[in-house]
Amino acid sequence: MQKINVPWEIKRSLVVKAEEETDPRFGHKPDERPFPDFIKFGVINLDKPAGPSSHEVTAWVKRILSLKRAGHGGTLEA
Amino acid sequence: MTGILPTALEEATKVVQALLLTGKEYICVMKLHAQVSEDRIRAVLGEFHGAIYQRPPIRASVKRRLRTRKIYYLNFLETDGRNVLFKVGCEAGTYIRKLCYDVGEALGCGAHMQELRRTRVGPFVEDEGLVTLHDVSYMFAQWQETKDENLLRKFICPMEKSLELLPQIYIRDSAVGAVCHGAHLAAPGILSLDTKIKPNDAVAIFTQKGEAVALSKALESTEKILEMDHGIVAKTQRVLMPRGVYPKMWRSGL
Repeated sequence: MQKINVPWEIKRSLVVKAEEETDPRFGHKPDERPFPDFIKFGVINLDKPAGPSSHEVTAWVKRILSLKRAGHGGTLEA
Repeated sequence: MTGILPTALEEATKVVQALLLTGKEYICVMKLHAQVSEDRIRAVLGEFHGAIYQRPPIRASVKRRLRTRKIYYLNFLETDGRNVLFKVGCEAGTYIRKLCYDVGEALGCGAHMQELRRTRVGPFVEDEGLVTLHDVSYMFAQWQETKDENLLRKFICPMEKSLELLPQIYIRDSAVGAVCHGAHLAAPGILSLDTKIKPNDAVAIFTQKGEAVALSKALESTEKILEMDHGIVAKTQRVLMPRGVYPKMWRSGL
């Protein structure tokens, strides 16, 4: 049987090319983004219920959170 | 069909293209149209490991031409009468309904997909922060009442989570502004990078604080990039960070 690399089992590690400090005046660690950016740059790991389509579920999330935009990562057929 | 449907909010919708291309895992109940021995089911499922040909089903959102898809694993779990439970890890764009049909053809008796649950979309899995629509509406209402930000953090994760399986490149603060304006990433801007990057790989560009800057396409391997002191290393394909978060540090040539 041919060996196939499972994408979520590939192990990588970081190698350093150069060193530098980051300036605390700009940006935020993703976990520490202040509101409302935390929502604007957020993703929900949603458990889709049976019945409604992926698009309907996404539209509901958009409405519940009163957002302008929401999108899902890969249609799961109804 | 139920299961993982990562839902990106507002600015984060830009990361969905990374999720669309990522591998998926499903648990499936397949209904056979005749009784078949467990040994034979295991043997036939084994034939569907690796690269398979698949023609998208009639109800599909893509052109119905034969294409190949990779099945990373296809594990038999159990049978109950004519129902077969299995777990499959596969490339984006694999139709499980069609896979069941094709397994049925290979068995000779026919089969169809009875139930399906998606258990993984790239880095998103069931046992890490999976929330229901009910959780979302309840916690959001609670947050509106109490303004306790921890409630938001319980059901929303930073978009960077979506990029965990991509090879990563960390860049200098001074290179961030240019990439946000669509510039390609040059070697001097790089501070660290993942091993095993090959030319044409999709990569994610991050600040030192771990904020996603862009989705890019690597032009060189990790080894080559480490040796480079000038030249373009990765082509920017989708900018994720808004302009102006980091200052403009390049000189405009006239």
